Amino acid sequence: MILEIVVLVVKILVLVAILMGGFAYTMLLERRLLGFFQLRLGPNRVGPGGMLQPIADALKMMLKEDMMPAGADSLVYRLAPVIAGFAALSVDAVIPFGAPIHLFGLTISLDIANPSIGLLLAFALSSLGVYGIVLGGWASQNKYSLLGGIRATAQIISYELAMGLSVMGVLLMSHTASLEGIVLAQKAQGWFWLPQIVPFLIFMVTAIAETNRTPFDLPEAESELVAGYHTEYSGMRFALYYVAEYINMITQSGLIVTLFFGGWLGPSFLPPIIWYFIKVIIAIFVFVWIRATLPRFRYDKLMSFGWKILLPIAFLYFVGTAAFVSGVL
Amino acid sequence: MGSTTGFFTPDYSDEIATSAKEVKSDTMIINLGPQHPSTHGVLRVRLELDGERVVDAQPVIGYLHTGFEKTAESLSYQQCNTITDRLDYLAPMTNNLAYVLAVEKLMDIEVPKRAQYIRVLFSELTRIASHLVWLGTHVMDLGAMSLFFYTMREREIILDMIEAASGVRMNPSYFRVGGLAYDLPDGFMEKLQEFLKDLPRWMKSFRTLFEDNPLINERLKGIATITQEQALAWSVTGPNLRATGLNLDLRKAEPYSGYEDFEFSVPLKTGCDAYARFWVRVEEMYESAGILEQCLSKIEPRGVYMTSDRKVALPPRDQIYGDMEALIHQFKLVTQGFPVPEGEVYQCVEGPRGEMGFYIVSDGGPRPYRWRARTPSFYNLQTMPIMCKDGLVADVITAIGSIDIMLGDVDK
Repeated sequence: MILEIVVLVVKILVLVAILMGGFAYTMLLERRLLGFFQLRLGPNRVGPGGMLQPIADALKMMLKEDMMPAGADSLVYRLAPVIAGFAALSVDAVIPFGAPIHLFGLTISLDIANPSIGLLLAFALSSLGVYGIVLGGWASQNKYSLLGGIRATAQIISYELAMGLSVMGVLLMSHTASLEGIVLAQKAQGWFWLPQIVPFLIFMVTAIAETNRTPFDLPEAESELVAGYHTEYSGMRFALYYVAEYINMITQSGLIVTLFFGGWLGPSFLPPIIWYFIKVIIAIFVFVWIRATLPRFRYDKLMSFGWKILLPIAFLYFVGTAAFVSGVL
Repeated sequence: MGSTTGFFTPDYSDEIATSAKEVKSDTMIINLGPQHPSTHGVLRVRLELDGERVVDAQPVIGYLHTGFEKTAESLSYQQCNTITDRLDYLAPMTNNLAYVLAVEKLMDIEVPKRAQYIRVLFSELTRIASHLVWLGTHVMDLGAMSLFFYTMREREIILDMIEAASGVRMNPSYFRVGGLAYDLPDGFMEKLQEFLKDLPRWMKSFRTLFEDNPLINERLKGIATITQEQALAWSVTGPNLRATGLNLDLRKAEPYSGYEDFEFSVPLKTGCDAYARFWVRVEEMYESAGILEQCLSKIEPRGVYMTSDRKVALPPRDQIYGDMEALIHQFKLVTQGFPVPEGEVYQCVEGPRGEMGFYIVSDGGPRPYRWRARTPSFYNLQTMPIMCKDGLVADVITAIGSIDIMLGDVDK
């Protein structure tokens, strides 16, 4: 019992360390990649190839003054970034990032928890993130922030349903909602991206919306709302929103890999955990690539896009998958 | 609260209203700018919003007002040239051109044909450079940031050419009353040829980013419309007017500086919306390239570039030390400038943003008595309330980008 708790605590600490480090270096990766996409170099001065840039950034953020506008709701204003950060970090608890390993006679699964409703839990936790944005935007007492918060609300109701429906096919095919179970099912049936190609694309689109990145960066919308919901934030609270955004990106990449690309599965010449991270990095690259290429949606168009296009397609494909799996077709 | 159209007279009383009691409860007033990422400088738009829907949008201008028109009255005619660069600093050459043509008209100076063609050459280069900045910033306002860097790369080549000719990148003052400041540098035509050879290639690569892109199309189509009647009523000119289907291009309507010798067509669209304005400008870049192509054969690499009239043109360096008369001309021109006969004149050219004109009144002295600039952006910006009404906040940004304003041009 004690041993299990120790293992659990160690796993949590390791995961958080990986995620925070992952956040820092995802940000560096994105800045370097955007630099190359845009004929620039990106940050390359601090350390070899800019490798120490995230540390310098973190130090700067920590030393910045933490300001709060007069008239802001102080409790909500302080709480909002924490909610965003928490929601982003906690989702990763259920994503397995490697096959179970055997260590000192123990079998350790490479996730914090493997509940039978893992997928639902992941969705539930990641949807909490929008509260951080809405509350932050509302509590800032700034009109741009308020508009950003409103947009975040409009956005989440436009894509969440399509997102939820798009993974139902995977659920049906694997007969389980446990993420480890889904990966194991793909070992038997082949990766799900091909039979579930349409849901995969819908999930990809909605995952971008979930992470509030271009072309769905409406709550932030630099060229319209200055900085949207986090206009008034500074210092570590601002950084926390950044942490949330980038960890969300890692998480969504992890979900894409787990649901559609066989998680840690791969040829045996590399360990499973390496395969998992290679796939996640490829997914992150695609995220950055899309950001460098596409313009932004208008928020009313996003709503009609979510409701009139994504949702019916996801639903039809879901019904089709159900008919196929149950043998009707 | 101000008129429904035209420029808004600043009334600062409601800006500091912080409690809900003092502002109308059903709408929200928001100041977009003057410090804002996409107001292209220091434009301030006073937006009245109902949710995200725009009830009213009033441009508030003057944050970049520098008093150019008054300053010009205390400068000699040559010195005024440097002010024109700074009006619309993305298209300095067409400003120069409008000004020097105005003075030349008043003084009745004949400019050598070659110099006129070189002026055409640089006007069109400037047009491409200006449209490149517009394209990059407009698409960046829509949220796609990479194109901006690509357009800036190509603009850099044009700036290099301008620098090679005039010595300066941004404020060249290359056109002088009577001709040009210097002759074309060595190898300029080869550089231009290379540029023109590359242009279709990079334009094609740009077009892959925005042509038939559903995201771009839906952000532009039917957004920020100005009908032809409204455009004429508010003195809109340039690509913004031609996007309403009216064929008015001063290069065709009132040819100047030898434009009548060039063959080109005027891109027209009838959509009246941001999408039409977008494509008018993109097609104009190809037309400008066509004119530059003709310049290659029309302009000899070496030749006369300044009028021989010593009343306005500096004598050649080598004559000054040996020729008494040349020395006197040099002294008079440098210390006093040249007198301009009494009278008034208006001369306009087709700038990248529309009709760029100068109205000059001379009292016979070496300094203008009155000096007025008819800057296109100032008039185009007046349509903001019409364009933004009933749109969303995102459309306000589209509208600002689609009329291609330049705040130096607006505020003067």
